Amino acid sequence: MAIRKKSAWKAPRLGAPELNLLERLSNASAVSGNEEAVRRIVLAEIKGLTDDVRVDALGNVLAVKHGRGSALPRVMLAAHMDEVGLMLTADDGDGIFRFELVGGLDERTLAGKPVWVGEKQHPGIIGAKPIHLTTAGERSNALTADALRIDLGPASAKKAKPGDWATFATRFARLGPSLRGKALDDRIGVATLIAILRHPPPNIDLLAAFTVQEEIGLRGARVAAYALKPDLAIALDCTPAMDLPVSDGRENTLYRSRLDGGPAIYVADGGTLADPRLVAHFRAVAETYAIPHQMRQPGGGQTDAGAIHKAGAGVPSLSISVPGRYLHTPAAIVRFDDWKNTLALVHAALGHIDRDTLKGAR
Amino acid sequence: MEETREHLKQMISVAGLSGHEAPIHALLESAWQPLTDEQHTSRLGSLHALKRGRAKAPRNSLAIVTHMDAIGLMVKDVDAAGLLHLEAIGGIDARVLPGQLVTLHARGGDLPGVIVIPPAHALPEDQSSGVPSLAHLRVDTGLRPAQARRAVQVGDLISFATLPQELDGDLLVGHSLDNRACVAVLTETLRLLQTRTHAWDVWAVATVQEEITLFGALTSGYALRPTLAVVIDVTFAKSPGAPAHKAFEMNKGPALDWGPNTHPRLYKEVENLARRLEIPIQPSVYAQSSGTDAILLQVAAEGIPTAILSIPLRYMHTPVEIIHTKDIERAARLLAEFISGLDDAFMEKLRLDTPGEGEAS
Repeated sequence: MAIRKKSAWKAPRLGAPELNLLERLSNASAVSGNEEAVRRIVLAEIKGLTDDVRVDALGNVLAVKHGRGSALPRVMLAAHMDEVGLMLTADDGDGIFRFELVGGLDERTLAGKPVWVGEKQHPGIIGAKPIHLTTAGERSNALTADALRIDLGPASAKKAKPGDWATFATRFARLGPSLRGKALDDRIGVATLIAILRHPPPNIDLLAAFTVQEEIGLRGARVAAYALKPDLAIALDCTPAMDLPVSDGRENTLYRSRLDGGPAIYVADGGTLADPRLVAHFRAVAETYAIPHQMRQPGGGQTDAGAIHKAGAGVPSLSISVPGRYLHTPAAIVRFDDWKNTLALVHAALGHIDRDTLKGAR
Repeated sequence: MEETREHLKQMISVAGLSGHEAPIHALLESAWQPLTDEQHTSRLGSLHALKRGRAKAPRNSLAIVTHMDAIGLMVKDVDAAGLLHLEAIGGIDARVLPGQLVTLHARGGDLPGVIVIPPAHALPEDQSSGVPSLAHLRVDTGLRPAQARRAVQVGDLISFATLPQELDGDLLVGHSLDNRACVAVLTETLRLLQTRTHAWDVWAVATVQEEITLFGALTSGYALRPTLAVVIDVTFAKSPGAPAHKAFEMNKGPALDWGPNTHPRLYKEVENLARRLEIPIQPSVYAQSSGTDAILLQVAAEGIPTAILSIPLRYMHTPVEIIHTKDIERAARLLAEFISGLDDAFMEKLRLDTPGEGEAS
């Protein structure tokens, strides 16, 4: 499968406006089940960019941008709008609330954090018992959500109620070559998809799905794929970079993905076996265009592709992720260059998709 | 009080970890300069500011002593991946650290970072469930390995980066409210004293190293030899997880501490004054140690009669401590009234060789 580089091709730019958008997306609170705040940003950003846009029964934003020509490949691009977080589940009085986790949030990172409660991001905190009042034995047990409370202060007792969602109150920041945010998983995918809608490849019908409820079982993507009926699909996500040194100095062979390694191309994860023809296509494009990239190590974890590939009669699917450290904690870290290269790879690869892309044997 | 609230928010936005108090010292020196007659710095770095009394010299003096140092972390190693290994400064429960935003004070300026847990496979087996011990946590600055190794040195300090956050109902959230909230009591007291007269000299003292050694208070006590001292520190406020019998209500006034570090007659004087002024206070007892600067201040030089006022604070030694600013206001008013009332005869009331008020002779 030969890919010839298009000499006129330029990667969509990632500059101040795109960073500003990612910042707004990452700072917005949109826990699985209530993606309203991010949906609002998405709808405003893609207004006028597509031929059709609708919000479906679950809250997915489905937008279609036709290419030039007829009978073009229908390519679904999915990025999930939701993030892991918390839900207030009981009112203990005086502004103190019990809460439960939504999605696979790292419970070990709960204690001692500021949080935002509700869409209006009312400030509160998750405290912890003073160390002076704990025993050494106590301190060797993890603090679980069960033992912790969200504290809004007595005067705010009526400002929240069970059923409200909460997120960590971490503001987006640039850290040298890196970006830090609470919800880069997967607002970076959302921002990437918006950037692609601004520069749509003319050779495909682009079916953009900004999905809901990914973090609690890929539930939005399932109905989105059924409705859009794509010929093939790409999930744009953020995958763990577990590339820290191993304590005893052994080589880290279980890194999943690495920062600075470029976009992570999936072969197999906990949700699906990627379509080998799409894997080959993306690798070939990456090599032809000299875009840094890496293979994501096979193993657990999943993306919207896990639901999309089995929608309807089946959809050849692939996931491409920006590697990110510390996902599902208050502060994830990604490299700006990995984002740039992810956008470049996806955009270049889309530009080479045609009816033949899926011709080969699977 | 509005001014003092802003002053407190400033104080919890600057560094000043135990043993490295220069940033908070500088802020306080300029805040107290217009409120006091002289400012000095002790050999260990504590700030001493004198507001002279009206009585004829030699005058008695009262020292109000609050520690200005804060808990935090220090860089123990910068590894090959540019990740920072950590040492604690002061008592920190490692379980509140993962995911914490921090500020690294590096040679070339401050750098943001975050405290992280390495992935399970990168940890020793006995650390891979639950929260690993501090020795296994890291700070990631977002810099590439070579950049981090150039920018960061072993021994660099790390402060929590929680931003000051006001909550409805006069609550303030932040790190280092232990003990900057009490420094704010002292600043507010000095403000109130601008429009009152007092016979005694007043030493405003912001001590160093309380969280580790208490030696700031010990050496300042020796250097200043105050006639009396009042220590202001924080105490536990009622909150989820804190045993109710060891904790106090927020917004019910400062606690007045009773126990061996407290001069019993001085306690009574302050208690009586609060009652007369109808300033609410919460009696607090400790059987052996107050856990404050009073431990060593009381035994400095030939001994100093000491009282302890405490501001109830939630989630002590976490980066999300909470105080009620009304309690700061009440403590300051009580102190200002106490200072205004000090006269030549006051020390007679404290004599332990005569029966006190209501005691059998």
